[in-house]
Amino acid sequence: MAELNLSRVEMPRQDPLIRSQNFLEVALGYSATEALSEAARCIQCPKHPCTGGCPVGVDIPDFIKALRELDLASSSRILKNKNKLPGICGRVCPQETQCEQSCVLARRGAPVAIGRLERYVADWERRQDALELPLRLPPTGQKVAVVGSGPAGLTCAADLAVAGHAVTVFEALHVPGGVLMYGIPEFRLPKAIVRHEVDSIMALGVEVRLDWVVGNILAVDKLFALGYQAVFLGTGAGLPMFMNVPGEIFSGIYSANEFLTRVNLMHAGEPGYDTPLPMGSQVAVIGGGNVAMDAARCALRAGAERVFIVYRRTKAEAPARAEELENAEEEGVVFCGLTNPVRFLANARGWVTAMECLKMELGEPDAKGRRRPIPKPGSNFIMDVDTVVIALGTTPNPLVPATTPGLDIHPEGTIIVDKEGHTTKPGVWAGGDAATGAATVISAMGAGRTAASSINAYLKDPSDWPAIDQTG
Amino acid sequence: MFKILAKEAISPTVNLFRIEAPSVARAARPGQFVMLMTDEQGERIPLTIANWDEAEGSISLVVSSVGHTTLKLATMQPGDTLAHVVGPLGKSTEIGNFGKVACVATGYGMLTIVPPAKALKAAGSRVFSVISAPSKSELLQPERLGEVSERLIVTTADGSAGRSGWVIEPLKELLVSEGIDRVMAIGSLCMMKLVSEASRGLKTTVSLNPIMVDGTGMCGACRVSLAGTPRFACVDGPEFDAHEVDWDLLMARRCSYPMEAACGESAYRCRSCAQW
Repeated sequence: MAELNLSRVEMPRQDPLIRSQNFLEVALGYSATEALSEAARCIQCPKHPCTGGCPVGVDIPDFIKALRELDLASSSRILKNKNKLPGICGRVCPQETQCEQSCVLARRGAPVAIGRLERYVADWERRQDALELPLRLPPTGQKVAVVGSGPAGLTCAADLAVAGHAVTVFEALHVPGGVLMYGIPEFRLPKAIVRHEVDSIMALGVEVRLDWVVGNILAVDKLFALGYQAVFLGTGAGLPMFMNVPGEIFSGIYSANEFLTRVNLMHAGEPGYDTPLPMGSQVAVIGGGNVAMDAARCALRAGAERVFIVYRRTKAEAPARAEELENAEEEGVVFCGLTNPVRFLANARGWVTAMECLKMELGEPDAKGRRRPIPKPGSNFIMDVDTVVIALGTTPNPLVPATTPGLDIHPEGTIIVDKEGHTTKPGVWAGGDAATGAATVISAMGAGRTAASSINAYLKDPSDWPAIDQTG
Repeated sequence: MFKILAKEAISPTVNLFRIEAPSVARAARPGQFVMLMTDEQGERIPLTIANWDEAEGSISLVVSSVGHTTLKLATMQPGDTLAHVVGPLGKSTEIGNFGKVACVATGYGMLTIVPPAKALKAAGSRVFSVISAPSKSELLQPERLGEVSERLIVTTADGSAGRSGWVIEPLKELLVSEGIDRVMAIGSLCMMKLVSEASRGLKTTVSLNPIMVDGTGMCGACRVSLAGTPRFACVDGPEFDAHEVDWDLLMARRCSYPMEAACGESAYRCRSCAQW
């Protein structure tokens, strides 16, 4: 038996000092040689624990085997059989807590770099001239409406289209992709890749209608009246949370959603684009998650002189992926841990000039096991900043629940669903951040897939299900 | 794509556009707005729906040429298309028989206040209106509001039409002479602020137009401090109780662009208003 290779092939990345000045992708991807030598590390163990660690159950050893045999077309087919968005997942999935964590090599050394290999195969496929489409079942004549074109909606739409249903995706914004377009920055997930993956789903016959705010323009009940037999809500968690401290409404203080939407979706500051990005030179980003890292790194690239991550716990407790924190620090973002803003100060024009912060210390672990931050009395100090980005998380947008009688939500705003994704309203499914609160792209895709299979079962034989109110 | 069906210059700096947008026209209610992008690289800007025609599948928008996108719009012609129009967004105006309602408007508000005023009248309210402009040429089709009002008081700063002056004095007179029950104001921020001061004790609603990016509750750019609580104008509004609005903060936020140049201390002072 060959000796185990316990070190993974590193993926080349742009130099931190150069990349902090551009929006080009940071991680450059494997070359063919690198991909093959990393693929060779997979021992093709019989139990496939990696597949069990994947929320959509990708047949990981099989796609790696095909890659090793230089049959990239098969490799891509195996991957896309379970994951319609591999170019995206290869880049933004937290593999270290999913498939790679389950890899048998992880017990002795570095697990197989499954995410990097997934990315390699997806990028190969994208460069091919002809898109290979999966087999579609014959048309069923049944119509399904999908609300939201983020990862949950796209996955659900793709699965339903393959099953032969006519699928319409309603998107509120002017481009499809949801959080993949407005939230995740270009340097982590190039938009051309999102567009390619959306195109490949539209090539299945899925119709995407932009500029449709379901709820306002069209109520969910109206969708049934228009002949849709089932509805999937993948409306995400788009409502930004604020701190509710004095002065938070001053100019120069953004939600991470606004800041990232301006930069990513609206291309603020790029030549030829109209959206402005009013920003100073000293930027504080409040929060310790991936979105905070994204905002901080965008601020650097948009020309900020100094960018601080202000977080009330320490780096060890920060929910961001270790890799993202490291990327941010390498680029020059300064981490200010155990610090919590208690109010904002502004000049006569109402533009933020500083924030008053309290020093914190860590106390007993909370319900999630993270040590609780406790303010140190009298430790108040002033931090001079002229732009603030608040990245404390998001909750589901209330628009759809507010206009959909019978659709029940949890107190925190998430849509109540059963394990199949069915909501309390007959004929309506939901999944992704709208049902779970802000989570990962891949878990949203998993929820879209689960709901699609439940919708399929329902459309085959609706008689066992609660009747839909068609009075619309 | 959303085709421009007609464009009418209704003052030296204001155009009235009629735009093909059937899904918006079908769902529009008084007081709601759309987000508009002239082209794929444009900004998303909010504009209140001034009128709609469900049969024709069109909406009307009043566009004052004041910023980058509105100036760009002013160069567009019938037959041209807008890349994106999404709406109707926001909550619609509360309509009912509220007794005597004073409708106060300046600028684009002279036209966007017409659908709510008309709906209020249809619901049994009696509408008394006050409008003002710097001069006669800047009055925006005053006959439209006149048609739904029992009385329309027109004022101009230079006295070139109607009474000489501004909206506050005639409003104060109306409040007393007619025994007004409720006030609705749409227009410049300083006008709405001063109306809210003049109408203390009377239910007063205003339609706010802060900076927005997505218009669907996602970004929070439009947050307004209402009785100390932040609310989003795009989904909780755009109409709010005037007496709960923190006007100074709202004015400062409106002045977020650009950071230095145009927004000196006087930038959010309304040019047609002597009170600042």
